[in-house]
Amino acid sequence: MAHSDDLTRRMLLKGAAGATALAGLGMPAIVKAQSDVIRIGHLTPVTGFLGPLGEFAQMGVKLAAEEINAAGGVLGRKVELVIEDSVNPQTASAKAERLIERDKVAMIIGEISSASALAIGQVANRTKTVFINTGANSDALRGASCNPFMFHIEAANSMMVTAVGTYLKTENMIKGKKWYSLTADYAFGHDLFRVAKKFVTENGGEFIGEELVPTDATDFSPYLLKIRQAQPDIVASNLAGNQITNFIKQYAEYGLQFPITGFGFDTAVAWGAGKGNFSGIWPLIWHHMVDTPSSKKFVETFTKKYGKPPENQCWGDYNSLKIVAQSFTEMKTADPQKLAEHLRKGAKFDILKGREGYFRAYDNQMVQEMYAVRAKDADKMKDQWDIYDPLGSVPGLNEDLEVLAPPKDGTCKMQA
Amino acid sequence: MAFVFLLEQVLNGLLVGAYYLLIALGLSLIFSLGGIVNLSHGAFYAVGAYLAVTLTSWIGFAGAFVASPLLVALLGVVIERLLFRRFYRADPILSLLLTFGLAMIIEQSLRIIFGASPLPFSIPTALRGQVFLGSFIYPRYRLIIFGVALAAVLATWFLVYRTAFGRVVRAGVQNPDMVGALGISLQPYMTAVAALGIGLAGLAGVLLAPISGVHPAMGAEILTAAFVVVVIGGLGSFWGVIAAAALVGVVRGLTIYFFPPAGEASMYLLMALVLLLRPRGLLGERIQKFE
Repeated sequence: MAHSDDLTRRMLLKGAAGATALAGLGMPAIVKAQSDVIRIGHLTPVTGFLGPLGEFAQMGVKLAAEEINAAGGVLGRKVELVIEDSVNPQTASAKAERLIERDKVAMIIGEISSASALAIGQVANRTKTVFINTGANSDALRGASCNPFMFHIEAANSMMVTAVGTYLKTENMIKGKKWYSLTADYAFGHDLFRVAKKFVTENGGEFIGEELVPTDATDFSPYLLKIRQAQPDIVASNLAGNQITNFIKQYAEYGLQFPITGFGFDTAVAWGAGKGNFSGIWPLIWHHMVDTPSSKKFVETFTKKYGKPPENQCWGDYNSLKIVAQSFTEMKTADPQKLAEHLRKGAKFDILKGREGYFRAYDNQMVQEMYAVRAKDADKMKDQWDIYDPLGSVPGLNEDLEVLAPPKDGTCKMQA
Repeated sequence: MAFVFLLEQVLNGLLVGAYYLLIALGLSLIFSLGGIVNLSHGAFYAVGAYLAVTLTSWIGFAGAFVASPLLVALLGVVIERLLFRRFYRADPILSLLLTFGLAMIIEQSLRIIFGASPLPFSIPTALRGQVFLGSFIYPRYRLIIFGVALAAVLATWFLVYRTAFGRVVRAGVQNPDMVGALGISLQPYMTAVAALGIGLAGLAGVLLAPISGVHPAMGAEILTAAFVVVVIGGLGSFWGVIAAAALVGVVRGLTIYFFPPAGEASMYLLMALVLLLRPRGLLGERIQKFE
């Protein structure tokens, strides 16, 4: 009797476990093979908590492919995308191998999760295929885990921290201030908090609270009560993905008045927060209000095609494919082996910013400008996309771009 | 002073408990009365939230608050008629697979229609603001959720335990053949139960949309917690679910006060502990149907 009682309960528990696996499943979109095309693999999570960003990544890379093909392709050949959902590190690794060995892609673009990027990077290194990381921020990928075939158009955590930190300093928000931080409790959050804490304490700030928040937390109220109790001067978010949306919404719900800021940020999570909830100063690798001719043109084309402005994640995947196409054209060959060498030689690329960017040979990080934005008051918003004002770009115009790049601390040892 | 802060966390935990209760109540209802382990419950919660966002721009939040749970309940009627009905007497593993598939279909449909990005949605201006009791802070909107959850619980209890409708449904759980022999067709009653349970998921979706991200996976995100509450409360126990929701809210709040990284793990530890000491859950009964 008790046995069958247990059976149903076990079933229920299994069900609960199954439910959590729900988000992990997705469908591959394999583009049919054609002769004489250059195939590029695109591998990024489109399900799970990074899914919203992955969707923007796919929009970006598809637009780039369309534009390249409309202009006659690369070396007279069309670019063909093979697009996959990377899901998690294990799947990402398996799919990267399949893209390279079965689909014979020339190189791979994508990823957002640092753990999955590491897995793809290892496959890239083993098969000597270029992988351009468009969304993973962990500094370790540019440090101890670096390799000659993994390139990063996405900023490292330390670049995000320096970008927003520069503006926080000018607003007198660091020196002598009491900080309270909420950090996503996984590799990305830990890495981000480590560099953020270093920056804040070096500039005279002090942390009076450092909380780790599990990634599956949807209710932030106990944390908000603790923040209210601690009475900090600044509240800092090192959260990730949908966590930031929930945090921003509930912070406004509890009516806390301490200024907020964050070291990691994506526009989509703030677009999703809703009117009157978003506040604070945040860093971005690029945003749709960047005032350069090429950026404006990209925003215009994108908005026309998709009915909404591009999110910062679109920028990385769009530019990566453009960079690869430009490189193949300059190299006069689509030889995957030579691409890495070419990129590391310091070729400059228009990446829709005030200054051109380039990959530096030390860690394959793209050296580039970054931006900070300040949330707009709800009554000044023109539409649902108009949520912040640009604060400007870093580094300053008379500074070397490389001051923003991660320190060359010798942790990255490229095997030749 | 520390005591005051602890008390604040306990009281806030009760408010959070209302949040868990709203989601778990319908899940428990469909399981205890229909015997279906509804893995698609979270998906209906998400549909409720998406409907709230869509309808608010047409008929305002008050209109959406009434209309979207009703629409989700209507969807529940269709699902019960076409699908659930065939599985009441079948091996529970089949309904598990069915609802698992249903959850995936709904989540992917939301993704295809609305995109993967969270949709912007806020608390209506009139319901914003905080209430201060001494040094304690309560967002007005959470108090409203608490009130609605309480009303939903009372109404459900009244319906199931104090009306002729409820008597037939409960008799059907005990002995469907006898109910049939008495000349009562159970089918419309089971349709109503499924509509009620799924409608409650829709209600939770509307109420929580202003304070949490509205994205396709939002259902999968809360489903596990809802199951934990149902299991701790005891399968098939009405009051057990309420006690468990309050307990989970408070334990989670206190855990976050002392050791934040274990915040979400605390509810699973609590579940393990309850199952070890009292395998049927806090107030669970043996369910004859499965014995």
